[in-house]
Amino acid sequence: MSFINYSSREINCKLVYYGPGLCGKTTNLQFIYAKTSPEAKGKMISLATETERTLFFDFLPLSLGEIRGFKTRFHLYTVPGQVFYDASRKLILKGVDGVVFVADSQIERMEANIESLENLRWNLQDQGYNLDKLPYVVQYNKRDLPNIAPLEELRELLNPTKVPDFEACATTGIGVFETLKAVAKAVLTELKKGS
Amino acid sequence: MSGPDVMFPEEQQQIALVCQRLHRDANAKAVLLIGRDGQPIAEAGEVGEIDVTSLSSLTAGNVAATGGISKILREKDFTSQFHEGERTHVHITLVGGRAILVVLFDERSSLGLVRLRVKKASDEMAKAFDQVAKKAASNQGPSILSEITDADIDNLFND
Repeated sequence: MSFINYSSREINCKLVYYGPGLCGKTTNLQFIYAKTSPEAKGKMISLATETERTLFFDFLPLSLGEIRGFKTRFHLYTVPGQVFYDASRKLILKGVDGVVFVADSQIERMEANIESLENLRWNLQDQGYNLDKLPYVVQYNKRDLPNIAPLEELRELLNPTKVPDFEACATTGIGVFETLKAVAKAVLTELKKGS
Repeated sequence: MSGPDVMFPEEQQQIALVCQRLHRDANAKAVLLIGRDGQPIAEAGEVGEIDVTSLSSLTAGNVAATGGISKILREKDFTSQFHEGERTHVHITLVGGRAILVVLFDERSSLGLVRLRVKKASDEMAKAFDQVAKKAASNQGPSILSEITDADIDNLFND
């Protein structure tokens, strides 16, 4: 849930990157961290296993500038993608303001994408949210790989509600900031709407 | 979905004073108050070398995980946690279900003293949060959200 502090003049929002295992959620955050100026970011934290798979979450605090004298701070989180970490995924969605679903464009990962998207819907519902009412964008990652599904097929299967979507290659950064900007903008617009 | 959590200057000042008093009375190294989703709200004591943002997010994650464990065990929320370190110990308490109070202390204090002082401080903080909630519900506080225009949001994302 967003937090507005009228004393320190800050608007804080929470964004969660969701998606199947190895789809590139952590890579998105790593690219954002690498390309953001030191004064606009805090430390990136990764709670990972010894094999560098996300165990609990990655966390990256970002400042995106000021609106009417209020600093806008976004806390970016990833969830662990592996199926058996479902309890942790649920916890990370607590208080979420906006969601990025990172899909793996490879044909063989299509089932994992669909399963993860259904899991997102259920876990949000469990926390009292409805994906269709939440600021939400989709990213089709790994567009640089040879064995990828066509964009239209991905859209049909993973974005039936036609929310903003982006093709990306998180390792080189293509589409990463476009995705972030779209979800951050949607969060602020939603916040304003609710006033 | 409910509206955003808010904090107003008057209550922020009250809470900051409670943090300062708790820091002194508990002989603590530092006191941090964190929003339930991991945003830092107030601090007192030796926080200069601490990455408060990271500590806040990890503590909120820790509290959420402990809450998950309590659910599985069909236990009511574990209201406090204690981590014993070699030099620094950490006491974590929930404040009225709205915030997390973290006290960092060392051999200059004791768990008993911290627990005793935390009880009073968290009651006072809970009252301040009640005041904030009342103000927010009755629209008595300021509201930045109604002032923000679409152009303001667009400007933020212009390269």
